[in-house]
Amino acid sequence: MITHPKPEELTEAVGRWIEEIRPALDPRNQFLARVAANALAAVTRELRMGEEAKAAAVQRLEPILGHGGTYEGLNWELCEKLRAGEVGVETPGLIAALRANVLDQLAIDQPNYRHERS
Amino acid sequence: MPVDGQVDVRDALGKLAVRLAGAGARLTEAQRLTGGASAETWAFSIEAPSGRQELILRRRTAPTDPETSRSTSLAAEAALIRAVAARGAPAPPFVHLCDERDGLGEAHVTRRVAGETLGRRINTDPKFDAVRPLLARQCGEVLAKIHATPPPPEANLKFADAAVELDRYEEVYRVSGAERPVLELAFRHLRERLPAPRAPVLLHGDFRNGNLMISPESGLAAVLDWELSHLGDPAEDMGWLCTNSWRFSRPDRPVGGFGDYADLLAGYEAAGGEPISLERVRFWQTLGSLKWGVMCLTMYMSWASGGSASVERPMIGRRVSETEIDLINMLEAGL
Repeated sequence: MITHPKPEELTEAVGRWIEEIRPALDPRNQFLARVAANALAAVTRELRMGEEAKAAAVQRLEPILGHGGTYEGLNWELCEKLRAGEVGVETPGLIAALRANVLDQLAIDQPNYRHERS
Repeated sequence: MPVDGQVDVRDALGKLAVRLAGAGARLTEAQRLTGGASAETWAFSIEAPSGRQELILRRRTAPTDPETSRSTSLAAEAALIRAVAARGAPAPPFVHLCDERDGLGEAHVTRRVAGETLGRRINTDPKFDAVRPLLARQCGEVLAKIHATPPPPEANLKFADAAVELDRYEEVYRVSGAERPVLELAFRHLRERLPAPRAPVLLHGDFRNGNLMISPESGLAAVLDWELSHLGDPAEDMGWLCTNSWRFSRPDRPVGGFGDYADLLAGYEAAGGEPISLERVRFWQTLGSLKWGVMCLTMYMSWASGGSASVERPMIGRRVSETEIDLINMLEAGL
């Protein structure tokens, strides 16, 4: 892929432009423009962090399933085993692995979401 | 001029003003507050020789299928609002159920109740500092009154307990084709821990911060949006109020982001509600996160299938991970 510009630089630039014009819009479009800018910000974060998060997720899933594979394959297999009850909250390391994977995804999707344990 | 289909809402409200307040009445203000895929809400004001009226119009913009829809009709909502108000629960005073003469389609009118519904403001604006500590108890008291209300037969409410809800949402999740390990784990885990059956009661069905009109002087002033009302487990309304998605930047305050479990449960019992265990509330709170996660997927699906052109709907699909971290927190805490 070319690097001048990188895709995340393009999404970032468009997102900034939306923020610039947003105050001049009517209230409904101000809201939708904010959603649009948020969407581009999520895409930007995924372009920057997604590959690394995926590789880390694979590393965390391998010991639980006992073998290697692609992210898609391991994720599918884990879903099947959870559904069948072959893996559950008592499975050693499962909750810790899912927590770490979800936190990586959340850092891409909604980094400002407040979720401290209570 | 917002026009949908053949309905010019402002024009119709002008005519409705005369019907509601007599000759000489005129519409002085009409503003659309929210507009969803199937319903919208308008605030409007009438000036008349008899005085000024501040009102809310709720109208359906797309027909709902009574067999499959979870939403009640607006006529049913009208019956519910009257029934709970008669038991002392604060609902917006009912004014008018629209008919063909009004040209607004399926719609109803209630009085506007002063206050704030935005969860973030309620939870963080210093204006609400004085009433915030009262809200959890008030919610408990009001829920006891709602749950004690005999369901109005004309509302024709459906029954749904935890098993029904899990079936419904798991089916939606399977149809979506999404593969989310945390949702799989939560479905299985909750199914194995279904609470013991309880006599079903009238539920609000969407009792959360955001649907509560909060007055900075008196606290809980009105419970809004009755369209998801149904019969079921009283702990459902409490658990939904405690679901982290509605704590608006205050996850440390489990009840709506404004209060504590103990006050909610104490208010419920003080107002005559049958005691409910915290464990049961937290089961429903967890199911609340799971339901909201699936609803976020559904909103993405409605966009992906071409049914709804919107920038908002696909982006809501990126909120599933919020519910996943909440589910992990609950599962790790052992429910």
